Amino acid sequence: MTDIDIHAPGRVELLLGNEAIARGALEAGVGFISGYPGTPSSEIIPTIAEIAKRNNIYAEWAANEKVAMEAAAGASFAGIRSMAVMKQNGINVALDFIGNLQMTGIKAGMVVLVADDPGPLSSSNEEDTRIVAKWMDFPLLEPCCAQEAKDMTKWAFEVSEQCGLICMVRTVSRIGHTRANVKLGELPEAEKKAYYKDTWNMYHPTKGIHCTVGGFDAGLHPGKIKKFATVKDLFVKAPQEFNWYTGPDEPELLIITSGVAYTYSKEALKMLKLEDKVGILKLGTTWPLPEEMVEKNLRNTDKILFVEELEPFLERNVMELAANVPSGTRHSNFHGMRSGHMRGYGDVNVDLVIDAVLKIVGGTYEPRDMTYGSEIEKLAKAAPVRPWELCPGCPYRPFFWTVKTALQIDGRDGFSLVDVGCYTLGAFNAGYWQGRTTHAMGSSLGVACGLGKLQQFGFSQPILAMVGDSTFFHASIPALVSGTWNNANFIAVVMDNSATAMTGHQPHPGLSTTVMGDTARAISIEAVCRSMGCRVEVCDPFDMEATKNIILDLLSDDSGVKVLIVRRLCELVRARIEKKPPFKMHVDPEKCIGEDCGCARLCTRVFHCPGLMWDEKAGKAMIDEVMCAGCGVCADICPKGAIIKEAA
Amino acid sequence: MKALPKDPLNILVAGVGGQGNVMLAQIMGQALVMEGFFAVVGDTFGAAQRGGSVASHIRISKDTEYSSIVPKGQADFILGMEPSETLRVMGVYANPNTQVIVNPRVVLPPTVISGADTYPDIDEVLAAIERHSSRLWIVHATEQAMNLGNRLYANTILMGATLGTGILPIGRDSVVEIYKERFADPKLYRANIEALDLGISLTREA
Repeated sequence: MTDIDIHAPGRVELLLGNEAIARGALEAGVGFISGYPGTPSSEIIPTIAEIAKRNNIYAEWAANEKVAMEAAAGASFAGIRSMAVMKQNGINVALDFIGNLQMTGIKAGMVVLVADDPGPLSSSNEEDTRIVAKWMDFPLLEPCCAQEAKDMTKWAFEVSEQCGLICMVRTVSRIGHTRANVKLGELPEAEKKAYYKDTWNMYHPTKGIHCTVGGFDAGLHPGKIKKFATVKDLFVKAPQEFNWYTGPDEPELLIITSGVAYTYSKEALKMLKLEDKVGILKLGTTWPLPEEMVEKNLRNTDKILFVEELEPFLERNVMELAANVPSGTRHSNFHGMRSGHMRGYGDVNVDLVIDAVLKIVGGTYEPRDMTYGSEIEKLAKAAPVRPWELCPGCPYRPFFWTVKTALQIDGRDGFSLVDVGCYTLGAFNAGYWQGRTTHAMGSSLGVACGLGKLQQFGFSQPILAMVGDSTFFHASIPALVSGTWNNANFIAVVMDNSATAMTGHQPHPGLSTTVMGDTARAISIEAVCRSMGCRVEVCDPFDMEATKNIILDLLSDDSGVKVLIVRRLCELVRARIEKKPPFKMHVDPEKCIGEDCGCARLCTRVFHCPGLMWDEKAGKAMIDEVMCAGCGVCADICPKGAIIKEAA
Repeated sequence: MKALPKDPLNILVAGVGGQGNVMLAQIMGQALVMEGFFAVVGDTFGAAQRGGSVASHIRISKDTEYSSIVPKGQADFILGMEPSETLRVMGVYANPNTQVIVNPRVVLPPTVISGADTYPDIDEVLAAIERHSSRLWIVHATEQAMNLGNRLYANTILMGATLGTGILPIGRDSVVEIYKERFADPKLYRANIEALDLGISLTREA
């Protein structure tokens, strides 16, 4: 990770988009930053945490996004510039608070950074958060590259402070996870002082305090509308580099675009050599729209193409605006998702823009020699699929193996619900197809609250509802409370690998160190569950026999919610700490009798840890020394005891 | 600043998650920025974890920032860390003028090990890559790295091999400077410089 606090204005660095965002916040004098880890925003908070102390900044991981947003608002109320960081989908968790926060407004500049994942490149779905800005009435900035991500983040604090509302900066994976040139700006030297001072007076009971209580809010809604109306003026004064038009005075076609879609549009026109015929209106301040600028450009053409990802956000808002634009003799022909020129799903790329442009202006484009193209495409199909797999040594592999075994022994068609984390893979080949549902964080327990109350309808299938340790603290506790109180019958499984593993091993409330490296009071998952009166068992997934027996015992217990904590450190974290494998593994060629065994290659075909290989020539299993993590689990899988573990 | 044969110059680094191609692409990007270019380094991947297909995209320009993903058929140079991944990436991004380095060391997915899928014949893969590239360098990076004592040097050897071709507009000095920062342990630093120079010697024209 790059130290982002070098004071070298004008210097150009290769920064990850998320590092650029962190630098922008730093240049704006951010004092407080809170969030929850997740794609594609995970790097922002650790980047700031790394340099926080020496820059008088406080950075934290909150238990979830709602708390992060609330904490950041607290800092803003006391005069400290703050930022809340939301992963893809994260803002959904915080919406209840945001709806109210926009009514009272904020004090010091407060920025909400949302990172969407069009594609989705590594998420469960692909939401377009821009709609939230329109719904909740806050200013929205959409950077198109790392440089703009930095510059817009910095400016967003000014916008927020001036209009008294939170300001949203919306990035996507292709910005946050791309490295590019970023020219650094000045770092501020202003002192940060926190003090809550209200300006309450009896004639203006809602001014100066931050309450949305009952009758008090009569003045709040009109107040919010008034505040939001000031944003238009602020955006007219937006730095010119955020909104601009490039192209001929009267373009044959006008592309209206924002964010990364702008970079694809620019490149598509360059490749088609259409820059002198087709113009681009690139918008960075996308809600509210810079109306005069949009109107002026609409008057100069009669064909418009909207290039954007996911929702037709610009498309609908510009068309709404166009309904009021005196068109003279012109009639605007709008092209975009509504007309089928762009798709309303997945990420955009240069080739999709080329297709859309040519459909409107005519012409053809071949990216490469056609014969060559069809040959190489055919040959490339021979490349084997590389499916999702749990890492060698992952504690979840033996656990899913044991769950499958126990449910088969139980014989009542029991099944598992998985959740958001590495153990989502439990629903696929990597976890022996055990998971049946996955939705939002913590939803497995919530869904189990319903399934676990269906006895009166004849339902008797056992349910194992799994959440990770970080997910447990994020959004699982209310479902656990609800299920326990309503006496729903299921086993709540907490997959505790002592890290927020899938997003890069960030610490969570169950651990004793914070993101800033301070000592924290670790919260015991057992104690939380026991306080509700639940039966709590703890197992080591590497001990498959003991784990199987605990699961079988829990399956025979119908007393409402039972908790099983599956505890074993994530292998990647363990390897980083211990620096060597626990065991040295090998296959005894005398004992492994290959296809004659009758085990049908249980180790490589069924258990399929990436550390196991099949030696075709010898017809025996072998260990891949490069991949094997030395966990020793497969020694217990082999029915002939041919896989040997020795202390390393 | 060195001259670019083409603007943007499009480079792809293809491999399997865990092989280190993201790191390799980052070092190339840093070196390019040090030498005054605009560099954009993005990735495309299947499953975002160990064992999945990963391709890093590097777009180089003298004066402007391009999008983070190479358009179809526009790769000028592909650095292949694994043969089938090289072929996979060529299927989308290569054209008859694309130049390629490939490390012939195969990484099998678990589905091939379990017998559910097959890996194509390695000689046929290499022949297909050769037929569809304007120039191919086969660099036995993993094998050479094992000779140096650690398979992890394969990345550095491939970095060197890329420098040796002269396709990338960066000099050895920039990479050495980045290594100096990256490898604080002098022993590790020296070993990587040795691997880098070995890589350069494998592709440099005599």
